[in-house]
Amino acid sequence: MSEPTIAVEGLGFAYPDGTVALRGVDLHVHPGERVALLGPNGAGKTSLVLHLNGIHLPQQGSVRVSGIELTAQTASEVRRRVGLVFQDPDDQLFMPTVRRDVAFGPLNLGLDRDEVARRVEAALAAVEITDLADRPPNHLSLGQRRRASIAGVLAMEPEVMVLDEPTSNLDPTTRRELASLLLRLQVTLLVVTHDLPFALEVCERSVIIDSGQIMADGPTRRLLSDGTLMAAHRLELPYGMALR
Amino acid sequence: MSVSHAHALYHHGHSVVHRMAPHLKIVAAFGFVLAVVITPREAAWAFGAYLAGVIAVAVLTRLRPGFLLSRLVVILPFLVAAGTLPFIEGGAAWHGLSVEGLWDLWNVAAKSSLGAMGSILLASTTEAPDVVRGLETLRLPRSLTAIMGFMVRYLDVVAGEMARMRLAMRSRGYRPRWLGEVGALARAIGSLFVRSYERGERVYRAMLSRGFAGRMPVEAVSPSSARAVAMSLAVPVAAFCVAAAAMWSR
Repeated sequence: MSEPTIAVEGLGFAYPDGTVALRGVDLHVHPGERVALLGPNGAGKTSLVLHLNGIHLPQQGSVRVSGIELTAQTASEVRRRVGLVFQDPDDQLFMPTVRRDVAFGPLNLGLDRDEVARRVEAALAAVEITDLADRPPNHLSLGQRRRASIAGVLAMEPEVMVLDEPTSNLDPTTRRELASLLLRLQVTLLVVTHDLPFALEVCERSVIIDSGQIMADGPTRRLLSDGTLMAAHRLELPYGMALR
Repeated sequence: MSVSHAHALYHHGHSVVHRMAPHLKIVAAFGFVLAVVITPREAAWAFGAYLAGVIAVAVLTRLRPGFLLSRLVVILPFLVAAGTLPFIEGGAAWHGLSVEGLWDLWNVAAKSSLGAMGSILLASTTEAPDVVRGLETLRLPRSLTAIMGFMVRYLDVVAGEMARMRLAMRSRGYRPRWLGEVGALARAIGSLFVRSYERGERVYRAMLSRGFAGRMPVEAVSPSSARAVAMSLAVPVAAFCVAAAAMWSR
């Protein structure tokens, strides 16, 4: 098998107030995979995601991204490879215009101007918001802002893109458009979500995390149709939806 | 949860002044204000010339006179303060008012309203993010312009949060007119501060995750044409000529 893009082994993490967020998490994501990370509130999803980007450093165990062990020294190298799309686009779009926001990452990578311009155009085109490039982010709808924040991460050409609750507050149409956009993008994806139908549509594989531990790992359809497993971890399909 | 789509000072348009590069407009407005300030107060004709210049630019930008005048309200507090000068200053008197005080009142009124008009013309033809961009082009320290940029970017977000909090308070019977309930508003502002602080942390994380290493990246600036530079410099150069003539003719 290929070298995993993300290899988390025995990862443990506790916050300064003593709250244990992760207890021995093992997770592998391989190139080209689309994986959903499912779990109830407070399960440790966000803590895990912040490790993948070097914002938290492992207290126990290890995180490797494309073979690079995450340490304080390698954090910037790891960030270059893992693109994180935050839950609230307003947190992510901090530059005065969409184009300048998308250029922020590539400029930080120290690329030359032509390459930055090429990446910005490509990223805007990939999420189909080229016509919004010169608009300030606060003039955009939530769905457009979500696309703009994805473009900002795509422009860094990461090896894996991690999305935190990408469908929160989106209306059904915008949500469906986001799903088809993610299916079109040829990138390795890790999607943190409560939105189980969205996980089913976008990700062939799912991982259930609860109380800081990985509880199940397998094809999304199989996990979602296991009623006992789902109930044990406070996961529910929407009313009227059943899988077999 | 609507957000304001344009700042109150900006007037949408496509005039030649709107299209001018922001940094040139900043230089022009700053030069104009400087010339106004150094003009001797006795040279009334010079202030007339400045006013004519302001009106000419306003006509070019197709601003309604009401737009300009209504935004001049901002200098009212200064005028009220300066209005006391003829009563409190000493020296020669005219109808019981101090002559020196009257000159000072004229000086403050003429210069502050001309200065404010220059700034209003700049703000009404340049969107706030572009003003920040212009300051960047003028090589203002990058950390200063970054702070201004964040302020411009998040003003609407924070104002939107405040509006939602007020709505939530009112929907639970809060009546902002009652002085006794001011405490609730104070607590709301406190929690708005905490929320904004937390947002600051999240924004910083988002910056880190896209490779921010303590320095805002420098972006390319397209050079301005000689014609655009000449056009924008026409305003401050003319103003300085007027100021020089006024000083010389004293």
